[in-house]
Formats: sequence, C-alpha cells, structure tokens
Amino acid sequence: MATRTASRLVEAAGVRRSFGGTVVLDGVDLAVDRGEVVALLGASGSGKSTLLRILAGLDGEASGTVSVPASRAVVFQEHRLLPWKRVAANVALGVRTRDAASRTAAALAEVGLADRGDAWPAELSGGQSQRVAIARALIRRPELLLLDEPFGALDALNRLKMQALFTRLRAVHGFAALLVTHDVDEAILLSDRLLVLDGGRVIEAIGVDLDHPRAVDSPGFAALRRRLLALLRVPATPDDAPS
Amino acid sequence: MSLRVRRLTTPIVLLAVWEGTARAGVLAPDKLPPPSAVLEAAWRLSRDGTLGASLLDSLQRAVLGLLIGGTIALVLGAVAGLVRAGDDLVDPTVQAARMLPHLGLVPLLIIWLGIGESLKVTLVALGAFFPIYLNTYAGIRDIDEGLVEAARTCGLTWSERVRHVVLPGAMPSLFLGLRLAFSAGWLSLVVGEQVNGQSGLGFMMMEAREFSQTEVVVLGLLVYALLGLLSDLALRTGERRLLAWRRGLRAA
Ligand SMILES: Nc1ncnc2c1ncn2[C@@H]1O[C@H](COP(=O)(O)OP(=O)(O)OP(=O)(O)O)[C@@H](O)[C@H]1O
Ligand SMILES: [Mg+2]
Repeated sequence: MATRTASRLVEAAGVRRSFGGTVVLDGVDLAVDRGEVVALLGASGSGKSTLLRILAGLDGEASGTVSVPASRAVVFQEHRLLPWKRVAANVALGVRTRDAASRTAAALAEVGLADRGDAWPAELSGGQSQRVAIARALIRRPELLLLDEPFGALDALNRLKMQALFTRLRAVHGFAALLVTHDVDEAILLSDRLLVLDGGRVIEAIGVDLDHPRAVDSPGFAALRRRLLALLRVPATPDDAPS
Repeated sequence: MSLRVRRLTTPIVLLAVWEGTARAGVLAPDKLPPPSAVLEAAWRLSRDGTLGASLLDSLQRAVLGLLIGGTIALVLGAVAGLVRAGDDLVDPTVQAARMLPHLGLVPLLIIWLGIGESLKVTLVALGAFFPIYLNTYAGIRDIDEGLVEAARTCGLTWSERVRHVVLPGAMPSLFLGLRLAFSAGWLSLVVGEQVNGQSGLGFMMMEAREFSQTEVVVLGLLVYALLGLLSDLALRTGERRLLAWRRGLRAA
C-alpha cells in the first residue's frame, strides 16, 4: 500500500461543482499514478471539461480535495496559441530557464515542426497548430498532462497520426496523462485505465490490459469497446439502434 | 492604365475643371479662386512664415490635446477593462457621458475656460477621449478568455498575462480607437480654432475671411485635410509594423 501512495500523482476526492442550481460534479473521486494514462469518457455535458479545468487549477469555485503536481501542462481542444507570437515564442511562453531556446527547438522537433518556429500561428494548419500546442505543453517537462479532447477537432487521418505521436512521446517522456475524449477507440488505444463519468460521478473504472502496440483489431479490443459504449448508452452498431 | 494612374485621374480632372472654370470667369474669384491662386497663397504665406507658424500652433494644440485625452482614456479604459470594480465605477458613467455631443459643450467651456489655449486643447482632448476609451475597453473585453486561460496554465502571472495576452490582443482595437481619435481630434480643433484665437490655422482662415482672401481660406482647408491624411498614413504604418501577425491571418 505504501508503494502505491508513493507512486500516486493525482488524487481528487469528493469533487463537487455546480453552476447556479445545476450540479455538474457530485462527488468525483479520481486518482492517477505516475506515468499512467487515464482516459475520461462521458456523454456531452457530463462535466469532463469541468473536471479537467479543476485539476488544471483553472476553477476556483469547486469544492472537495484535489492534489495535483505543480509540474503539469494542459492541451485544449482548440490550440489556443497566441496569434501575435510566432510559433517558437508560443512554445516558450512562460519558460524562464536559460536554455529556453534550445528546449523550444527540441520540443518543436519532437512534434515534427522543427522548421516552423518562425511561422505565425495563422500560417499553420489545424493539425500543425495542435502539434505546437503539444510542444508548448511538453517543453514544461510535465509530470502530468491534462488533455481536453486534444484531437477532437482534427480529421480522422490526422487524428491517427496524433495518436501515434502521443504514444511515441509518452514512451520517451513517461508523463502521466488525463485524456478527455469522445472517441472510444482513442481511449482504448491510448490509455491504461478508462473512467466513465455519468451523473456527476465516476460510475466505472476499467483497466485496459491489452498488449502494446494496440490496434482496433487487437484481441479483446472489440469486447472492451462494446462494454464502454454500453456504459455510455451508445449503440455499438447502427443496427443496435433502439426501436 | 495602371492602378495608380487611374486613381489619380479623377482628382486631376477635377482640378483642371476647377482651374478652367475659375479662369473663364464662371466661378466668381471671391467665392472660389482657382487652384493656382491657392498655390500662390501657399507660396506667399510659406515665404513670410505665416503658414509655418499657424501650422505649428495648431499642431501643438492637436498633439497636446491628443496626449492628454488619449492618456486619460487609455488609463480609464484599461482600469475598466481589467478590473471588475473599475468596470462598475467607470464604464456606466463614461457610456452615459458619451451621449453628450462634446462640440455642444463649446458655450459652457467658454464660460469655464475662456477662449484661450485651454479651450482648444480641452476640445481636442474631449474629442480624442471617447474613441480611445471605448476601443480600449472593448478591445480588452473582447479578448478570447481561452487564450488568457492557456497563458495561465503556462505559468504566466497576472501582469505577464496583461503584457503578453491582453495588450497585444487589444492592439487592433486600440489602433482603431486611435484612428477615430485622430479624426475626432482634428474636427474638434477646427471648431475650437474658429471660436476666436490669436494663432493657428483656424485663426488664419477666419482672418482671411474678414479680408475676403478666399484663397487663404481654401488653403487652410487643404492643409487641414493634408494633416489628417498624413496622420492617418503614420498610423497605418505603425499598425502594419505592430500588427504584422495579422498578415498571416489575411493570407490564410
Ligand atoms: N462556465 C459555466 N457556466 C455555466 N454552466 C457551465 C459552465 N461550464 C460548464 N457548464 C455546464 O456544466 C455542464 C458540464 O459541462 P462540461 O463542459 O464540463 O461538459 P463536457 O463533459 O466537457 O461536455 P463535452 O463533451 O460536450 O465537452 C454542462 O451542462 C454545461 O452547461
Ligand atoms: Mg468538454
């Protein structure tokens, strides 16, 4: 039990948040271990972004106990790059160490944009912008990455590329991550554990025991997928649609 | 025909027609003298220093008024835009005061300030204040909250966020305010200088009217227009420099 506590990175208990009279989070308990990738799923409006913002320290009005490492970084669904700073300056934003320039170059190289440091964000494609946002997070060498549907705005092919990039980066850096996603396949492919948020609570936690490298045709994938979709109350195939 | 030539065609034709009709006696010389006479007056008044001195006086008032009005507007706009309490204290009052046409204040301002320099500078300052205040405030308010949040997650402090996110984000709006302030400031100056005075372009024009020197009146108008044009040009150049990142946007 002691080793378990030592490797615990995120610990949240009884997190509550309401807007006006509407209770969105009603006692969420959640833990993430060092180096663990946890996917957070839930219907639209179930409070995934709300929870992530609380963990990111962006919401001062939540109650409950939350312990997160100071070494953390956030990637949002929109890239949120400052349009008036060149790509390199965006990545280096808030990095105060003397080697900021070389770290910026390294972070951009890691996401395959070594030569775009001088570009303006407006000159990038959606996929490139999102990769810059990832570089901006990576340069901080976070112990914890918080990702709110980071690939949700990308087309299917770009999304596959980004998922591969994420897997590669994780192998190199060993960060822990909380990944909010709508994409059930993505959640199973990338995470070690799946959490399902419903009615303001985590109603299910599922360990993903599939071997790496994973693919949608890995054994066990389909069963897990079906189980998740049932929890999310989504039909697994169009034919399953309730009559 | 190149674009430049085509654009210049209309004003040149107008000038030629103006000159021709004035020379032919269609336009009475005391109503509208030909451009050549205006040019002559410009030459004469430049030589004897009248034009330069008047210009300098007017420019001084314009710059001083813009500086005073602009600074107050910038400070109040920033306070109202950045601080919740500042917003409540400042904005409703300024929004209400905005409804008052400031040029309508001239009689009251004469009672308060007399007809001297301070009247003219105050009018320019008032003219410049509102556009700069409104656009500073709106520029700050319209900043994407998501960007501020992202900057926060990057560890930027409040003042760093103001510097790296709010200020540059409000810059386009600020430039718009500045441009509007320039034109409102000029307009206020023209009105202010005609109230009486001992110097400046407006004085030069009013004096010329008394002596029926219509060409000097027209010259004064042209100088006003030219100054407006030049200030706008300077502003555009500054804008292009400072807002270079938007070129990327436009190209996209
Ligand atoms: N700032 C806010 N003010 C009022 N209500 C809010 C606010 N933020 C979120 N909510 C409400 O909280 C609920 C949860 O929102 P949240 O954005 O966390 O959902 P989500 O699970 O991320 O949904 P999605 O999958 O669509 O992104 C929604 O009903 C939303 O309307
Ligand atoms: Mg969301």
